[in-house]
Amino acid sequence: MLDFPFHTTTLTALPSGGLWWKSERLLCVSDLHLGKSERMARRGGSLLPPYEGAETLDRLQRDVETLRPETVICLGDSFDDLAAQDGLTGAESAQLNRLIAGKRWVWVEGNHDPGPLNLPGTHLAEVSLQGLLFRHIAEATAQAEISGHFHPKKRVSARGRSITRKCFLMNAHRLILPAYGTYTGGMHVDAPPLSDLVSGGTAILVGEKLYAVPQ
Amino acid sequence: MATTALPPQFADWFARKGWTPHPHQLDLLAAEGDSLLIAPTGGGKTLAGFLPTLVDLARAPHQGLHTLYISPLKALAADIRRNLQTPVDEIGLDIRIEDRTGDTKQSTRRRQRVDPPHILLTTPESLALLLSYPEAPNIFAGVKHIILDEIHALAESKRGDQLMLGLSRLTTLAPNARRIGLSATVEDPPALAEFMAVSANSCTVLLADPGPDPDIRILDIDTPPPWTGQGGRYAAEAVMAEIRRARTTLIFINTRAQAELFFQALWSANTDDLPIGLHHGSLSREARQRVEAAMVTGSLRAIVCTGSLDLGIDWGDVDLVIQVGAPKNVKRLVQRIGRSNHRYNAPSRALLVPANRFEVIECRAALEAVYAHALDGEPRGEGPLDVLCQHLLLTACAAPIDPDAMLQEVRRAGPYRTLSRAAFDRCLDFCATGGYALRAYDKWQRLVERDGRWHLRDPRTAQRLRMNIGTIVDIETLKVRLKGAGKPLGEVEEAFAASLISGDTFLIGGEVVRYEGLREMTVQVTRSAARKPRIAVFSGSKLSTSTVLSHRLIDIIQNPERWGGLPDHTRDWLAIQSEISQLPCRDRLLAETFWRAENAYLCLYGFAGKNAMQTLGLLLTRAMEQAGLRPLGFVSSDYALLIWGLRRVEDLAPLLEPTRLREGLGDWLAENAVMKRTFRNAATIAGLIEKNLPGQRKTGRQATFSSDILYDTLRRFDPDHLMLDITRTEAMHGMVDFERIEEMLARVGDRIDLIHAPHVTPFAAPLLLEVGKVPIKGAAEDDLLAEVAGVLQDNSLLSP
Repeated sequence: MLDFPFHTTTLTALPSGGLWWKSERLLCVSDLHLGKSERMARRGGSLLPPYEGAETLDRLQRDVETLRPETVICLGDSFDDLAAQDGLTGAESAQLNRLIAGKRWVWVEGNHDPGPLNLPGTHLAEVSLQGLLFRHIAEATAQAEISGHFHPKKRVSARGRSITRKCFLMNAHRLILPAYGTYTGGMHVDAPPLSDLVSGGTAILVGEKLYAVPQ
Repeated sequence: MATTALPPQFADWFARKGWTPHPHQLDLLAAEGDSLLIAPTGGGKTLAGFLPTLVDLARAPHQGLHTLYISPLKALAADIRRNLQTPVDEIGLDIRIEDRTGDTKQSTRRRQRVDPPHILLTTPESLALLLSYPEAPNIFAGVKHIILDEIHALAESKRGDQLMLGLSRLTTLAPNARRIGLSATVEDPPALAEFMAVSANSCTVLLADPGPDPDIRILDIDTPPPWTGQGGRYAAEAVMAEIRRARTTLIFINTRAQAELFFQALWSANTDDLPIGLHHGSLSREARQRVEAAMVTGSLRAIVCTGSLDLGIDWGDVDLVIQVGAPKNVKRLVQRIGRSNHRYNAPSRALLVPANRFEVIECRAALEAVYAHALDGEPRGEGPLDVLCQHLLLTACAAPIDPDAMLQEVRRAGPYRTLSRAAFDRCLDFCATGGYALRAYDKWQRLVERDGRWHLRDPRTAQRLRMNIGTIVDIETLKVRLKGAGKPLGEVEEAFAASLISGDTFLIGGEVVRYEGLREMTVQVTRSAARKPRIAVFSGSKLSTSTVLSHRLIDIIQNPERWGGLPDHTRDWLAIQSEISQLPCRDRLLAETFWRAENAYLCLYGFAGKNAMQTLGLLLTRAMEQAGLRPLGFVSSDYALLIWGLRRVEDLAPLLEPTRLREGLGDWLAENAVMKRTFRNAATIAGLIEKNLPGQRKTGRQATFSSDILYDTLRRFDPDHLMLDITRTEAMHGMVDFERIEEMLARVGDRIDLIHAPHVTPFAAPLLLEVGKVPIKGAAEDDLLAEVAGVLQDNSLLSP
């Protein structure tokens, strides 16, 4: 866990790739891409190991059990497409429903899942809370904005070795979350379009320990 | 009496040329059924392979495809077409010859599917593609001959397995087609015949006269070679002198990086500005073609090359082959030497240039092995299942699969003769459903069963599968271009590119360039005047010294009466080693300890080859860690392993217990990058991971993710999955090479000599200088990140 100041408050980056807002008891995760393997198979592609949903939900459950949030925001692209939610197994659906129960659960709409879901919770285009704005895709002129979509990753070179990790990317105006889903790749923070959106920012590398490095 | 088989117009043609047909050319013409011809380079092997076809076509006209010629190289297919056209025209035959490779135009390929030529020249991958089309039965129905050129080279990789599966399919479509294999010298011709034959014992082996022994020497140089290193740059002046004396010289070097460095060293010694070229697989196609064209016209005096020129076009003018660095493998050395003096019955001339002290002895051992005709080669394993998976999927693209008939057909391929029903069913299940234990793709299977036959569910799949054809999985590389000019120089590994920062210089294509930045997945560089560049990391196999050569090497070391052929400096080195410590023997394991700079060193002379010695390093340091010996790191070579740590090893035997080492393989190696790379290759071949999806990598889309994630997910949820089984099997004899460790342990038994030496020994000294030291875990990623972040924390990154 790594605390950092953002606007008027303090946020925490989690080893899982999630974001914890302690004072609001709010957990935010972005780009779960549930049903990714299912969607690929449906379109005649590879039959990937169909376990990424279980892996992603297990991680989410551990975060929820540890932190006991009152509010959970899924920041868009929670499902790889709208049909993918039908592809959840019975066990996965049950697990997701258990997680949602008793919390304020918000599904923010993403480009992969731009419609209402057959799941409990509120479905919104964006959420504004205590001066912070949660939406899926960052907007160039926004202030105090928290978004996902780009799956930022960062490459660090040290002593001839190169290490690439998913990361949070932020500057004074915005924070972009890493993808929480298991089967997700990433975009480098030092190349367009991310470098157009954020420059001179900070990347927080995700892993068992978290490290902040310049973008 | 075989001469009678040659029709008059052919005999006349030979006579007009002033040639006499070689006996093996006539033997192959007279032979019936599947045949394997083993002949040295320059023996008219290709013409021998085509004579039966030309004679048959001269006797009776043929509708459609008559002969399929398959070669490992695209360039070879095009070259053969030109060379074959000459006799066809001169004899006056009405035969259409075409080639078909990845470079053939789309429109031509479409036309060939409808109206095939008499003779089609192609590669294993293009054949697999042709077989995946529904019209395959029509195209191949009339095929009478299948010529397999350089079959020895194909048999060394999965391309050979894929080809044999394809030929089984072809035999189903054209049951009477005769297979003709053409091969350079190999250690076990009957095994190669078994590999390519349609059924056991059905292939005749024809051995051509191997010609005179080569004239091969070790290059005499006044300066002794350095203690360590593989580049041989100390010899550049002497090699240059040999180039001046010869007409045309081919210089083989084991890796691309070393080729770059040696090329540069050679040019600094090239005071007369002789035209010398560079050729390796990481150079751009344009750069390679320029060098090949210059070679054909005879305008080059020398080429520095890697395995990229092991096969291919015959250059009659090459009169000297120089091998720089350890030959590693006797058979490959013989084949390389065969590339000089392509006139049959003239001895090839070759020079060996050892790059370090151990290699002086290895070169001596290799030279003796060549004269003793002691070729090496690891026995081929069973046909790999990832290749079978790809074959099943591609076969389903052409027509639905009947499992029983398919299994029979697959078992007609040499490498799959003993395939079990269970293994076959597992592969078919993987292709159809993904083969997952805990969850099935019921609705979205790739193959669905109807009336006992397996069909493609989604026709779009065929297109995707065809784009994934082949068994060569490249390491991800990035193109290198000169900024502005846009001229492509070559490719470097993505991981190397990632480690560059603006201003770094490196060597590529014989030029020093400066890294400017990454743009649209291309490395942008400018020319640089820097003298000391970094060395680019290229993909390329890390070949281990073969078992035959390793054994011969120890035999020389342990018998002082055989040191006669060695130079003085090497004899002295061996003598001092035997005084201070011992000389390694074939049936004992020599280990030494010594203290140096407060660290306890352990040196083990296993002679098991590079990959195995590295694996032994990983496993042994793990055992030492458990025994509280605090290992800090290790480094390995083909011959030895050097480990350093805080405490001295007093009893080695328990640490080398085979069961204990094998235990370590399970969980510890599973995390190793070597395993992840092996998995990636197998998963790509089997069709679990798609390669070259158009545009995907170029745009850096966030949709593509690392295959390591799939590997980790499978290990967690489905540890017995087919892909993980394949990965483990491959690693055992591939990059992990545990088989060689077991061979070594069996060879030495409990005869372990642990010598506590007073200081570093002559044999251990080179290892202290060896590159590629492996730190033991814990000092790994987290420490490095903490180091970077620690420095940066001062900049108060996280304050508002």
